[in-house]
Formats: sequence, structure tokens, C-alpha cells
Amino acid sequence: MKKGIIIKNLTKIFLINNNSKIVAVDNVNLEVEPGEFVTLLGPSGCGKTTLLRMVAGFETLTDGEIYIGEENVASLTPDKRDTAMVFQNYALFPHMNVYDNIAYGLKIQKVSKPEIKRRVQKILDLMKMNDFSNRVPSQMSGGQQQRVSLARALVMEPGVLLFDEPLSNLDAKLRIHMREEIRKIQKEVGITSLYVTHDQSEAMGLSDKIVIMKDGVIQQIGSPREVYQKPENAFVAAFIGKANTISGTVLAKDGKTYTIDIDGKPHVISSKKEYEVGREVEMIIRPESIIVGKEGYHTEVVKSIFMGENHEYEVRWKGQVLQISEPNPYSKRTYEVGEEMSIDFDETALHMI
Amino acid sequence: MASKKAHKDRNMRDLRIGSNIAIMRKVLLDPILFGTILLVLAIVTMFIVFPIANILKESFIYKGAISLHHYTEIFRLSYNKEIILNTFKLGITVSILSTIIGFGFAYASAYVKVKYKKLMNAIAILPIISPPFVISLSAILLFGRVGLISKGLFGIQNANIYGFRGLVLVQVLTFFPVAFLVMVGLLQQIDPSVEEAARDLGASRWKVFTTITVPLMAPGIANAGLLVFIQSVADFGNPMVIGGNFTTMAVQIYMQGIGSLDMSGATALAILLLLVSVSAFIVQKFYLGKKSYITVTGKVSRQRELIEEKNIVQPLSFLILLTSSFVGLMYILIPIGAFVKIWGVNNTFTLDHFKYVISIGIKPIVDTTSLALIATPITGILSMVIAFLLIRRKFIGKAYLDFTTMLSIAIPGTVVGLGYVLTYNKAPLILTGTGTILIIAFVMRSMPVGIRSGMASLQQIDPSIEEAASVLGASSKKVFTSITLPMIKPAFFSGLVYAFSRSMTLVSTIIFLVSAKYSLLTVTTMSQIDQGRIGVASVYSTILIVIVGSIILLMKFALSKMGVSADEIEL
Repeated sequence: MKKGIIIKNLTKIFLINNNSKIVAVDNVNLEVEPGEFVTLLGPSGCGKTTLLRMVAGFETLTDGEIYIGEENVASLTPDKRDTAMVFQNYALFPHMNVYDNIAYGLKIQKVSKPEIKRRVQKILDLMKMNDFSNRVPSQMSGGQQQRVSLARALVMEPGVLLFDEPLSNLDAKLRIHMREEIRKIQKEVGITSLYVTHDQSEAMGLSDKIVIMKDGVIQQIGSPREVYQKPENAFVAAFIGKANTISGTVLAKDGKTYTIDIDGKPHVISSKKEYEVGREVEMIIRPESIIVGKEGYHTEVVKSIFMGENHEYEVRWKGQVLQISEPNPYSKRTYEVGEEMSIDFDETALHMI
Repeated sequence: MASKKAHKDRNMRDLRIGSNIAIMRKVLLDPILFGTILLVLAIVTMFIVFPIANILKESFIYKGAISLHHYTEIFRLSYNKEIILNTFKLGITVSILSTIIGFGFAYASAYVKVKYKKLMNAIAILPIISPPFVISLSAILLFGRVGLISKGLFGIQNANIYGFRGLVLVQVLTFFPVAFLVMVGLLQQIDPSVEEAARDLGASRWKVFTTITVPLMAPGIANAGLLVFIQSVADFGNPMVIGGNFTTMAVQIYMQGIGSLDMSGATALAILLLLVSVSAFIVQKFYLGKKSYITVTGKVSRQRELIEEKNIVQPLSFLILLTSSFVGLMYILIPIGAFVKIWGVNNTFTLDHFKYVISIGIKPIVDTTSLALIATPITGILSMVIAFLLIRRKFIGKAYLDFTTMLSIAIPGTVVGLGYVLTYNKAPLILTGTGTILIIAFVMRSMPVGIRSGMASLQQIDPSIEEAASVLGASSKKVFTSITLPMIKPAFFSGLVYAFSRSMTLVSTIIFLVSAKYSLLTVTTMSQIDQGRIGVASVYSTILIVIVGSIILLMKFALSKMGVSADEIEL
């Protein structure tokens, strides 16, 4: 039975040497719908793993509430919670073979032998790991071990599946492969998933919803598209992809549509937020949303690198450096360092923060 | 990593094409290296292999002819059969009990938030700095005929601590720290997330303990049990002091060899004892060593969340405090016993025992300390040189050196003692009765452990660092003294501390070798106990513990001045 997660005003404070303390998770509110795939994303030390471990029951709560389905789990030990976890270092039982590893939780639940066999077999089929059932962990590669770890969690048919940076110990190619596999299986089984990572492309590739954290505080919750295109603040913008921050002044306001003056030229931008006329605002523009060669602003090229699928420039403009990424460089002219380049901003991509 | 692999590949290639000739040429080109190898091989042959070979040879000779007489004699006499049975019975009992207590200590130390961790570690070090029979001595003070608990507390007349039960008590208290230290290291290496995974899959704490922790530790538990078994069967001091009519093989070898002057009669028993402890060691080293699961789980990913539940912490803390205070009491009693007139009969304060010790001479104190101080640096340097050769150099005879020095860890002290007496009391080399043979015994008894810890720390140093030095023009001697030795300094100095304590407290081997010219503290103490002078024995033991303790502190202090932190020096 897939279940939702509701986290209310959750706080975790670690005491260090009695006098100093660290606020690892700071008044966090979060809702995960049943069947949803939600990723906690942030730099190391942002509290994402602590949050996950509190949901699993490995860390006690300093304050707040956690509901899994209808149940308040704050006082339950990990074994009493309807969760299963996939660990960063797989955490397989080294003294058991693949079959026994996967069957472990079912045996604890005293599921009948034939039923265990049937369910383990089903998972092995799903993971295409039938040939491995007699292997022990030391005879398998990291990727294979992580699949067993996922199978061991899935076989429990938990209300919530938790992932603690499961791909970070794998090499780059395998990571992308496993990422797709996790996404596929999660869609197939339809299980509620909470996933921790510090890799933004992993978060983008997997999630229905991304939660971006910094210093224990949630910065933004949104779909991959939202957090990329409409970042709440400069931290989110910079953490998800590359971003330029430029400033301008509000000239006029018509409902949710604003006219912004950027270096003497008006731009029409829509925003959900309220800004007064005459106020100075900051805007985010992604490197690929700066149009090269269109008459708008004059800049000087300070860096020019051919990357294959795109051409990356850094240009000096108004005392700041802008990053530009021009896609499909095949059919376009190349600017060298020192050359003058005229650019303009794609108005639909300008986002006020 | 890459360089290590390259190094290994090159070694493989060397072995393939160069074979022995290339190795020999390399060694011959370096006279210092060549000389050192010869010297080391000679030492090991003369003082480890040759004495054992002599026992073996002697055991098959009866009245000048080759015969199985000594062996058939063992199995003919029911008395001898009983001794063999006794040894196994004791070894197995002590091994099981020590492993259980040691596991409790180790689990508490690694998994539970108990308060007494420092106390536990201190208790674990005590057996190393004290002579092996100290607990026996205090057991007599506590449970003997006039014991503090037996007579004082319960008013039992003529309580008998001597025998199997007393021996089990003292050996368990002496050897459980060994099991504790082995297992606490292994428990700390278990990745906490493996247990968290089980917990997450619905297992209770108890279920995690029985289905994950204990099975993962199974090889380690067996390992600890075998180590204690080896120590128990090889133990000479305790059975000698408190065994009473319960004789073990180690004691019988001495009784027959020295007591009844029947050296060749003792040889067969010595060979049997050797077989028992060496085969236990081989099982431990080569079978269990390879079976470890813990290495599979890889690096510990995060610190373990210690168990804080009161219903686990409190009873465990209580048991640990109880056991630790009991062991502590055993040691505190010794200095107290030194100041009591006649223990249990006339408990008034006295300095008589000290006066007596001074009147009969402080010769044992001076002799023991000076001989141990001579043996210590020799042991230290020899251990590191051998460790270096075994890890970093290839030469003919390397496997032999590796095997003999490792196996000598498992050779019981009494067997070595018998071997030395058999080998070095006749021409061409008469060493019995000299200080030299005592120093040799000290060195050979503490060297194997020093070699192993040296090897362990050398293995962690990338060989390319030493190669860099020799590329820059350093000779092999210069590489060793200017690069290798400084890097293994902590292992070297803990080796020194160990060598000194071990030499000071050694009984089994040297009891065969002492003479009128040199008297040693441990042997003197044992004969005082034997004569019933418990007070005097307590004085000697106290002095011994004080000397060892203060030299260790002094070394640690000197080393901290030299830039080696006290934490790096492990005991």
C-alpha cells in the first residue's frame, strides 16, 4: 500500500560537547503525495540526509511531527515504520546470499515460506537478477549490489521507499543507467519515494518534485521545470545549473506583467510576485537564454570555448561577466576572445527573484 | 593506487623472468642487505628452529636408539593421560568463558553508551604489565585458606582455591581482555548501515543482534576463542601457582624436565603441547583469518548511533562495573598484601616483608631490570628489520623467515625453555646459566609480536616513497634509517614498550634457564609463593608492577617529547 508522507515543523538539533549545537533541520514542512517521487537536493551538510534518517527512524526528532500515511511515527523505532531504505553503500548482509538478503525482511514478518519464495522470485524477475540468487555480496559489482539493495527494499512493498544517495558510489556511466532503472521501476510499482542526492542532474532526471535545502532550511519545492526556470532565489538558481544574475528597475506594472528597464532598454516580464514601480529588482537568466548576435547590448568576449554540443562564452557587460551557452554551434559564427558581441535577453526566460 | 598496482605488476614480472637468479644478484649487489639477511636467518634458525628440532629429535631417542618409547610412555601412564585431558578441559572452559565475557565488554564498548569505557581499556592493559601469576596470587589472598572472602566474609575454614575451579577463575580474569581487544576491533569495523538496513526491514534490536551482528562476528568470536585457548594451554605461571593437584602439560614439562631431571621424558609431552597450540594457531590464522565477513562490508560509512535505551545500558553497565572492579580488586590486593603481617591471621600493618626483601638482596630486581633493558632495544630493532625485510625485500629464505617468526607466536614458553636447555647446555655453545641466554629468551619471546605490528604498519606505507629515496641516491641502510624507520616510529616504540613489559614478566621460558648467577623477579616470586611467603611474594609482585608501569610512563613521556603522541603508542 503506497502511503503519503506529511512532515510538520520538523527540527533536529545536534548537541556537540554539551555547549555548542548544530541545527541540522530547521522547521521543515513537506508533503509527499502517495506514489510521488520526491528528491531532497542540496550541498553536503544541508540536512537532507538527517531529514531522511528521521523519516526512517534512525534519528530522533527534536521537534515536529512526521506522518506516514495516517500514522504519526515520531515515537516509533525504525522496525515499526512502514518504510524501506536503500543505502549509499548498499549495506547488504555479507554473510547471506542474494536470495536470503532479499528474503530477510519477509522472514522477520513471518511470511510463509512459499509466499516468500514467490515474492522474492517476482522481484528477481523485475530486476532481471535471476542468475544472481545464490551469489554472496562479495562476488558482485557495486551496481549489482545496489540492485540487490533496491530489491531487498522493494520486496517489502513498503508504504514509503527511502533512498540515501544510492548512486554516489557508482561510476558515471553506471550511475546514469541505474538512475533510469530506478525511475522505470518506481513508475512500474508506483511506490512513494523520498530520495536524497547532491547531484542536480540525478534530481532532475528522477523526480516529480524537488526539494532544495540549504543549512537545514527548505529553499524551494517544485517540479524540475519550476526549480530550473523559476528559482525562488539566487542559491537555488546557482545550485540547479548555471545562472546569471542581472539587475533592472520596475518601470510599469499591469497585473502580473511588469515592464523592467535593463540598462536603458525595456523588457516585458511576467511574475507571480508583487513588485512596486520604481523598485530595483534582480533577475535570473540562464546561459542558453541569452541570444547571441541579436542587436541589444554590446559586450566584449573574454572566454570562448567550443564544447561540441554548444559553444560557451564569457562576456563582459556593464562591469559584470555573463555566461552564455550557444547551442548547435555548427551553423553559427564563432566569436574569439577580444571580439565585440551583441546580445539580447530572451524575455520569456527572464525570471525575477 | 595506480602506483601500487604498477609496483605489484613489476614484482610479478620480476618473479616471472628474473626467478631466483635475479633476486640473488640484486641481494648480492648490496652487501649490507646481504649481511643482514644472513644474520637474521642465522638468529631465527639458532633460537627458534634448532631448539624445537632438538626436542623433536630427542623425543624419538631412547637409550641411544630411535624409538617411540617416550610417546608410548605418555599414553601408557594414566597420570599423563589425565594431564593431557586436564589441559584441554581447562583450555576449552577458559576459552568459552573468556570469549563470552570479552564479547560482552566489546559489545558494550562499541555499541552501547556505557560510562566505564576508560576503565574497560585500563583493565584490558593490566595483564600486559603484570606477571602472568598475579591474579593467582590475589586469588589466594581472596579465596585461600585464610582468604578475605572465603574465611573473612563467609567464615569457611580450609577453603580450597587450588585446582581446576580456581585455575579457571584466574585464567578467565587474566585472558578475557585478550578476547575483548580482538573483538572490539572487529565490532568497530562492522558498517553500522548493515544493521540499520536490518532494522529498517523490521528487525528488532534483539533480532538484529542474533541475525546480523553475531553471524557477522562468528569468525571473530572463534578467532578470539582460539587465541585464548592457545594462551590458556601455554600458560605456566597460573597452573604452577594455583593448580594444586590439577596439573597441565605446560607445568608437567617443567616438573619432569627440571624437577625430575628427565629431559628426554619431557620432550614427547613438549611436542604434543606444541602440536596442540600450533594447530590451533594455524586454524585461527589461515582458516578463520580468511573467513572474515567484516572486510566485505567495506569502510564504515558513518559513526554508529550508540544504544541509549536504559534497559540495555543499565544492566550492562552494572555487569561491566562489577567485573572490572573485581579485576581491579585483584590487582589492588597485591600491594595491600605486601604490607600485612600474616594475611588473614594477623592483619596488622608491617614493613617486615620489605625489610626481608632488602635483607636477602635486591639482586633479582636489579638483574631483571637490567637484562630487560638490554633486551628491549635489541628486540625493537630486530623486529623492525625483519618486518622491513619481509614486506619490502625479496630474498631466498623469505618464506622460511616469515613462517618461523609467525609460528613462534604460538610456541608455548615452556617448550622454548626446554629446547634451550637441551640445545645450549653442551658444547659447542654452552649458554645455560649465562645472562646471554636470558637476554636471548627475552628477545625471542617478544620479537614475533613486534614483527607483526611492524609489518602491519609497513603495509600501509606506499613503497614508492622508499623507492623515491633510493632513486635519489640513498643506500639500502640509509633508506631504512632515514625513511622507513621514521615512518614506522609509532609501531617501533609500541614494540619497545611491549618488549620491556614482556621481558620483565616472562616466566615460562626463563624458569628453565635461571641460575645462581642471575635471579629473576618472576621466578623468585613464584618460589616465595611456593614456600608460603605470600607477603614477600606480594612485595616482589608490587615492585615488578611498579617498575614496568613507571618505565612505560617514562617511555611515553620521553616519546611525547620526541613528537610521538601517546595515542599512537598502542599496547
